[in-house]
Amino acid sequence: MKHIVRKAYWDYEKEEKWLNEMSAKGLALTDYAWCRYTFTDTPNNEYIYRIEFLENLPTHPESMAYIKFLEENGVEFVASYLRWVYFRKKSVEGAFDIYSDLESKIRHFKRIGAFWKVFMYFELIVGLINIVIGLASISTGEAHIMNLVAGIITVILGLVFLKLDVQMSKKIKKLQQEKAIRE
Amino acid sequence: MVESSERGALTEAVFYILLSLYKPMHGYGIMQNTKELSNERLSLGAGTLYGAINTLLEKNWIKLIEGEKDARKKEYRITELGKKVMLGEMVRLKELLDNGEKIVGGEE
Repeated sequence: MKHIVRKAYWDYEKEEKWLNEMSAKGLALTDYAWCRYTFTDTPNNEYIYRIEFLENLPTHPESMAYIKFLEENGVEFVASYLRWVYFRKKSVEGAFDIYSDLESKIRHFKRIGAFWKVFMYFELIVGLINIVIGLASISTGEAHIMNLVAGIITVILGLVFLKLDVQMSKKIKKLQQEKAIRE
Repeated sequence: MVESSERGALTEAVFYILLSLYKPMHGYGIMQNTKELSNERLSLGAGTLYGAINTLLEKNWIKLIEGEKDARKKEYRITELGKKVMLGEMVRLKELLDNGEKIVGGEE
């Protein structure tokens, strides 16, 4: 039987943890669309899930070669959204990690951080422009309140992405410190 | 004279990949072999393995085995250059281990 769950995650590591908790309860993710998870009944703990942020869209030849390589190694491609990909592997086959060394973990985090930064700048700039238009309109008498409201909402969204980016930077710094003394 | 970056230590992943490829093997085989040799200690991530294989192919330390056209899994093998790198690395590791044993070994 299929179960649809609508849920939004900002933090992919929390999302990954949740997917694994669902899998432990016998609900395995089989499809994902924006904020819409489709689960299918499976025996408890059948799969381990991992989320990865690819360098290119999944349809890009390089991504396709990569996904094919993973599939040859017992990893199943479940779903994707933009450059985010959901993978799973049968848990009887043992531990499943995409990255086992510090260097590739750092590179992965950096990719995600850069992605959040783009959103952050975009939202902040668009938001501030709207706020300026809104404020300027008040002084001229024809108050464009909508610009002000939209501007404030957009800036708040920008701050959410800023927070995500700062979190990522902290993680990267910690791993880099670790990498300075061991592999 | 080789550049200093060419004389550094190999990563654990690269060491075990090169070691595995003294026999022809595909990706999954390398993962299994590494796990076995390290007594389950080291489990190579598929993403890490993919990145390392591509870099090693580029450096010509390993090569793709030309198989049947429709071979579903790519197989790799170490090259002469790769073997040279392995020998150099083992000398380096032996130096570390010898020195460690000399100083730490007698302290029990």
